[in-house]
Amino acid sequence: MTNLTMTNITVQYSGNKPKKLRFWHKAARYSLYILLILFALFYIMPLFVMVITSLKSLDEIHQGGLLNLPENITFEPWFVAWSSACAGVSCNGLKGFFFNSVLLVVPAVFIATLIGAINGYALMHWRFKGSEIIFALLLFGCFIPFQIVLLPMAILLGKMHLSGSITGLIMVHAIYGIPFTTMFFRNYYMTIPVELVKAAKIDGAGFFRIFFSIFLPLSPPIIVVTIIWEFTNIWNDFLFGISFSAAGTQPITVALNNIVNSTTGVKEYNVDMAAAIIAALPTLLVYIFAGKYFIRGLSAGSVKG
Amino acid sequence: MQNNQQKETEKMTDNHILSIKNLYKNYGSTEVLKDINIDIDEGEFLVLVGPSGCGKSTLLNCIAGLEEITSGTIEIAKLDMSSVPPKDRNIAMVFQSYALYPTMNVEKNITFGMKVRGESATAQKAALENVTEILQIGDLLKRKPAQLSGGQRQRVAMGRALVRNPKLFLFDEPLSNLDAKLRVEMRGEIKRLYQKLKTSIVYVTHDQTEAMNLATQLAVMKGGELQQLGPPQEIYDKPNSIFVAGFIGSPAMNFIEGELQIDGKAKFFKTQLNNEEILISIDHYQFESAVSHGQKLTLGIRPEYITGIKPDVDDKMLLSVELIPTLIETNGFDKHVDLKFGDGEIGGRFMPQEQISFNEAHLTHLNFSKISIFDRLSGWRV
Ligand SMILES: Nc1ncnc2c1ncn2[C@@H]1O[C@H](COP(=O)(O)OP(=O)(O)OP(=O)(O)O)[C@@H](O)[C@H]1O
Ligand SMILES: [Mg+2]
Repeated sequence: MTNLTMTNITVQYSGNKPKKLRFWHKAARYSLYILLILFALFYIMPLFVMVITSLKSLDEIHQGGLLNLPENITFEPWFVAWSSACAGVSCNGLKGFFFNSVLLVVPAVFIATLIGAINGYALMHWRFKGSEIIFALLLFGCFIPFQIVLLPMAILLGKMHLSGSITGLIMVHAIYGIPFTTMFFRNYYMTIPVELVKAAKIDGAGFFRIFFSIFLPLSPPIIVVTIIWEFTNIWNDFLFGISFSAAGTQPITVALNNIVNSTTGVKEYNVDMAAAIIAALPTLLVYIFAGKYFIRGLSAGSVKG
Repeated sequence: MQNNQQKETEKMTDNHILSIKNLYKNYGSTEVLKDINIDIDEGEFLVLVGPSGCGKSTLLNCIAGLEEITSGTIEIAKLDMSSVPPKDRNIAMVFQSYALYPTMNVEKNITFGMKVRGESATAQKAALENVTEILQIGDLLKRKPAQLSGGQRQRVAMGRALVRNPKLFLFDEPLSNLDAKLRVEMRGEIKRLYQKLKTSIVYVTHDQTEAMNLATQLAVMKGGELQQLGPPQEIYDKPNSIFVAGFIGSPAMNFIEGELQIDGKAKFFKTQLNNEEILISIDHYQFESAVSHGQKLTLGIRPEYITGIKPDVDDKMLLSVELIPTLIETNGFDKHVDLKFGDGEIGGRFMPQEQISFNEAHLTHLNFSKISIFDRLSGWRV
């Protein structure tokens, strides 16, 4: 009896697959593709609308047909958005604010990443009394909502004479980023064997020597993850930007808001759309070019020694 | 006072490369090392052996300065190193996981320490060439650790230790990640290297064969305590506890339970075999502590003293009985046979040509001329 069943099974597997089964297999596969394509279209729709709207003239927009492709492509709205759109009183477009954001994001990301790396390394591999508690408290920092720190931070910035300056904003973002970057690096460094530190100690290397010669060269995957994370967060931030900046130091998100809301006369949807795309472009590009490293970095451990 | 003076003179004349006194190590409230005392002469190969978790690595890390000690002192080459950082202890260490720096190639791995210490490029080059030749790793110099096999990594790790030219080498289970064949090969290589360089080594392993093969001094540990320290042959012949006796030697020593019988001047070990009382004469055994009539004892006898061919010893020290084999293992040059003995089993070593069949009684000779006797309650040798 058992013998019989056994042979049955072997026949099924070693022989040709029944045609019917293969058909259903394919059908399932194609329906899956169709479903995924539909989802993708759904997600890309807003961007699509933004892009085509930004390339239309105002007249064409007023004719309606939100999803229609532009009849006469014009780049005028992009130029306006970049250099002459009015945000509040000044009418110099986004460009100044774009560079404000660059000036803000680059140092803030750099500082948060570097400090996070050193923190993670110290908390993981140079344990001291209370290091676990410090890490727990730092983690707690990840869950503090922006709103809670607004007022104390404003007071602190005032006391430090950094109110309304880009330096002040850099500091705020760097500090706010440290809990996240520390967590990223600490968890990554957990996969680096302690023996590596022991060996280096015997070789005579100290805290920073070990960090720069051994840990940092092992870190590119997690550095990429951290940079993407921090860059996106800080570039897209609006609340800190609007709370702690002054007229000339606003980041691009705040300027975008001002452009869209400063309605004198007709609403220029095409300029608004172009401005929004310009404001979003850097984060978009980061994802397109570094996205795969992001996934890889998140799932990667360190190299085995 | 006199004692002190004696100690002082001893210190002047001794040749200790490593001297550990009353070492304790706690993690929080758990005692991991308890009252460790070890003195090792220059040029000795000390092997720390013991079951997993007994504190071998911890002890080695304490010697290296990678772990702080709770109390006691550690002297290396006569200098008190108890609170000196690792880099100043004049030691080098090889780790179980090799711990090669993953992003540096072999050459940089080996010279990293010299570079950190600020030694000149010419000195680095000379040292590198020297160890490259000793370890035969010339064609690996430009490779990263990930591109090396286990044995090659092991060699590079040793190279990194060798360039240091330390007073004392520390090895923490350096071979346990290698397959059986390579392990034996590397073991031989380490021993040859040791004989050539005549350095002092402290070597940790939980493999008693490796320990016996390498050591000139063997330290057996259990539960954070040092059980016995001495040359491997001495520990094999005269284990000072049931634990050491059972841990060292493979196949393991056999234990027979019984009690001491004193008949006038004659001493006997009294035990039961199949409801029959057996008296084994132990007059030849040199007791190391006072024993009394009726004391509960455990007698230890190594498998090589349980044979099928009658040994040439006094009949008084011989027990010849028919025993039933329960397990027969052949390895070509002898046979390991487990035999039913009373309620338990004993293992013997038989000649390969002897006809032994499973479950068929076989005339077996137990030669009690070389035995160990332990107090059954305390487990210590008597
Ligand atoms: N950082 C630590 N905190 C608390 N306990 C520890 C710590 N490190 C080791 N121990 C404990 O100390 C004991 C000895 O550990 P150790 O690593 O020295 O053992 P070992 O003899 O080297 O074992 P193995 O053969 O498995 O390597 C173990 O019981 C272990 O659980
Ligand atoms: Mg260990």
